[in-house]
Amino acid sequence: MNWTLALPEIVLSVIGLAILVFGVLRKQDSTLACTMFTIGGFLIAGLLVLTRTYGYGFHGQFVKDAFSSFNQILILSGAALATILALDWNKSEGIARFEFPVLMLFSTVGMMIMASAGSLMTLYLGLELQSLALYVLAGFARDNLRSSEAALKYFVLSGLASGLLLYGISLIYGFSGTMDLAALHDLLVQPLSASPGLVVGIVFVLVGLAFKVSAVPFHMWTPDVYEGAPTPVTVFFATAPKVAAMSLLLRVMGTSFASLVGAWQVLVIIVSIASMVLGAFAAIGQTNIKRLMAYSSIGHMGYALIGLSVGNAAGVRGTLLYMVIYVFMTAGTFGCILAMRRKGRAVEQISDLAGLGSNDPALALALAVFMFSLAGIPLMSGFFAKLYIFLAAVQGGLWTLAIIGVLTSVVGAFYYIRIIKVMYFDAPAERFDPRPLPLTFVVAGTGLFTTFFFLFPAPVVSAAQAAAGVLFR
Amino acid sequence: MPALTNIAGFPILSLITWLPLVGALVIATMLRGDEETVATNARWAALWTSLLVLVLSLVLWVSFDQSDPGFQFNESVIWMPEFKVGYKMGVDGISVLFVLLSTLLTPICILSAWDAIKVKVREFMMSFLILETMMVGMFCATDFVLFYMFFEGVLIPMYLIIGIWGGPRRVYAAVKFFLYTLAGSVLMLLALIAMWVQAGTTDIATLMQTAFSPHMQTWLFLAFFASFAVKVPMWPVHTWLPDAHVEAPTAGSVILAGVLLKMGAYGFLRFSVPMLPDASTYFAPFIFAISVVAVIYTSLVALAQEDMKKLIAYSSVAHMGVVTIGIFTFNVQGISGALFQMLSHGIVASSLFLVVGVVYDRIHTREIARYGGLGDRMPGYALVFMLFMMASVGLPGTAGFIGEFLVIIGSLQVNFWLALLGGMGMILGAAYMLYLYRRIIFGRITHADLRGILDLSTREWVVFAPLIALTLWMGIYPSSFTSYFDATVGAMVQHHTAALAATTKLAGIVH
Repeated sequence: MNWTLALPEIVLSVIGLAILVFGVLRKQDSTLACTMFTIGGFLIAGLLVLTRTYGYGFHGQFVKDAFSSFNQILILSGAALATILALDWNKSEGIARFEFPVLMLFSTVGMMIMASAGSLMTLYLGLELQSLALYVLAGFARDNLRSSEAALKYFVLSGLASGLLLYGISLIYGFSGTMDLAALHDLLVQPLSASPGLVVGIVFVLVGLAFKVSAVPFHMWTPDVYEGAPTPVTVFFATAPKVAAMSLLLRVMGTSFASLVGAWQVLVIIVSIASMVLGAFAAIGQTNIKRLMAYSSIGHMGYALIGLSVGNAAGVRGTLLYMVIYVFMTAGTFGCILAMRRKGRAVEQISDLAGLGSNDPALALALAVFMFSLAGIPLMSGFFAKLYIFLAAVQGGLWTLAIIGVLTSVVGAFYYIRIIKVMYFDAPAERFDPRPLPLTFVVAGTGLFTTFFFLFPAPVVSAAQAAAGVLFR
Repeated sequence: MPALTNIAGFPILSLITWLPLVGALVIATMLRGDEETVATNARWAALWTSLLVLVLSLVLWVSFDQSDPGFQFNESVIWMPEFKVGYKMGVDGISVLFVLLSTLLTPICILSAWDAIKVKVREFMMSFLILETMMVGMFCATDFVLFYMFFEGVLIPMYLIIGIWGGPRRVYAAVKFFLYTLAGSVLMLLALIAMWVQAGTTDIATLMQTAFSPHMQTWLFLAFFASFAVKVPMWPVHTWLPDAHVEAPTAGSVILAGVLLKMGAYGFLRFSVPMLPDASTYFAPFIFAISVVAVIYTSLVALAQEDMKKLIAYSSVAHMGVVTIGIFTFNVQGISGALFQMLSHGIVASSLFLVVGVVYDRIHTREIARYGGLGDRMPGYALVFMLFMMASVGLPGTAGFIGEFLVIIGSLQVNFWLALLGGMGMILGAAYMLYLYRRIIFGRITHADLRGILDLSTREWVVFAPLIALTLWMGIYPSSFTSYFDATVGAMVQHHTAALAATTKLAGIVH
């Protein structure tokens, strides 16, 4: 059965249960301890992932390879960053409870299972574990109307998407007789094996997963949930689940349905273009920075999907690199957003950033770095993300996608540099409250990664290369 | 593979490129104390860094082998092996003088901003040093990805310089500058990737030897054109320049006119002409047409300006029109003339912006009508102004003459009318510059606040002295500059002719 392959997931789950027991039994407030244990759990799981024991487990239901390891490390990094950022924020918002890190942890376990799903059933189980924890997290500030609204909205729409996904899975199973991803691949390489019912099933799966990565036209929930959810949860939403869903999308399309590229490629291209265009234009009118980041992440998912639409390993490499760079710059940006507090209250209007360049030069510099990076300006890492993805697109001959991509990136640059304009060119507003230390730590770390990625791209690139080599064989 | 060593014995180009960035980091992290102390220390740290870089670049000037048409001082380090992209630096006859121009103008800018910049001095000096890294890196890069990185990286510090320390409409100007140039350069990114996919490498020397099909060249040329034409800037995409110049602080205008405008023309010389010979020849008449429009139209626009900086900004567009004419004549005189014109414009236009800055610092207006009769109170200033005004007009004996003259010779070999219309720039230039000079220097003092105006200070003389010397040196003995690019330009023209002949031959076989 080879169950040791699932050791990171198992260990992380056990740690999660242990923290839960610890938190319940301990009389005084244990949020800090539980958060620390959670981060420790992420670290241990990360180390276990890095041992690189590859193979198939649970009769093919579970797969460990370079691709799953790469994504799991990224998921764990995103989750750890979000957990660190949540610590002080929750305390000052009065929603610090030990369940918070535990929920993050279980959601992360779900995502790790998603990354190493070997069959459609495992995929669905992981997805649901992840989503269930996310529903609660979105509504964690339960006295806050907007948070509850965000949770409900996410719950209903995500439930719908899960339904579609499940329907697609059942169609695929019905028309092919297997749910195993590798077996599906073997079945579909034979010509004329794709019946219309199967294709419909693939489309439903694609729709369900597109919802999870918040690609247009399944993006409607994103701005509201990003805005309403407590900001650390938004950080989480914007990073780890996106990686997990993208890895699922890549895995399913890149193994099982690799031979049907012709059938689904055009769909991914349309979704990608729509996301890039909407992400660029809809963000222009935003005044709330969390909403702006929601549209920005929609746009970025559009860019990442370019890699999938190319439909080969080089494209997957582009997408993976994009996700790595995206996770760190997004986490850093949200770190800066979390620092936006005045007199103990969180502020989230773009105009609140006015004059940050004089009030807090270090924070302003960090946010400027992230904004230039999100806009794709060298030497920041965001430029390389775009470079790799456009390289893949041109290699694949997808000129339309590449041209629309670069043009929307110019439109996108407009609103990113507007934030820099507000910070540096406008008259100073009131100062923000002093930053908590963990936040400074996260912002500095991600900022350094974003700025100096250009010096050492080789290790990340070769890891992504190895990971991408697993798919589209 | 010897990684970083070259004939200088140490990685001199990397040192010149990255030293300013190190200086910026030092300024960012090391300076402590109250605001005044930090400002003073930031000024000195920036000045010393840039002077050190200038001295290092003089080593380049001295040890450059003028007979070698290829890249020298090469450095090569593995950077992204999966993509066959390397960190490669090198200079040839075309780029070496621009490296020097950048390293010379940076300390001058820092010195000119000594008292003019009063707020956020630390950030200003950091921006300038980062800008220097980007400019020098761009001229040194011999890998296309590296080149693009620096080419676009210039936007960040320049955006901040215009936006933070600029005039009243600085936000509009900064955003316009940023988006115009970004929109152009992303299309070049696609061209870059297309060439990369085709040739399998991004090494510029290899790309020059790669033959792209004429059909592909057309598209690549248009993508490059979108980027470089905005940067040059060529008519009709020049409209960002007057805005940027007017709103930028003096030092920003100086570097914009001195170096940033050269990036577009440098791009044409580095990429379009040698890599895309067929498309360049095909599009040359089109380039000539819009260049001639630029020369005549923007000269006339300059004549009508009320703002000194705007006038010089429009004259820059006209002078750069002469440069693009020269580049696309594809003969030795034309290209040499274009290069010389770029260098002389880099010195002269920068100096003119400094000249404007001198009175702006005193009276805080750039409106021409607010001045008049300055010759009476500021004889030294009038002298300096006259020299640069004459150099801008193209008076023999000054730097401006040689470039325009060579371009006219070069364009005469192409077409008489091209030479005639391109030469109109000199006549019109004389008109608007003399008119400007008359309104500012001559006449009576009519405004009371001009009576107490002071002549150039010692610091300002220090700023102008090297520029004056260079302007005269370039005008009187141009060979000490042309000798640097003669070999490279010769090789480029030969390569171009050979490539065209090869295509014609190929076409002959097909038909």
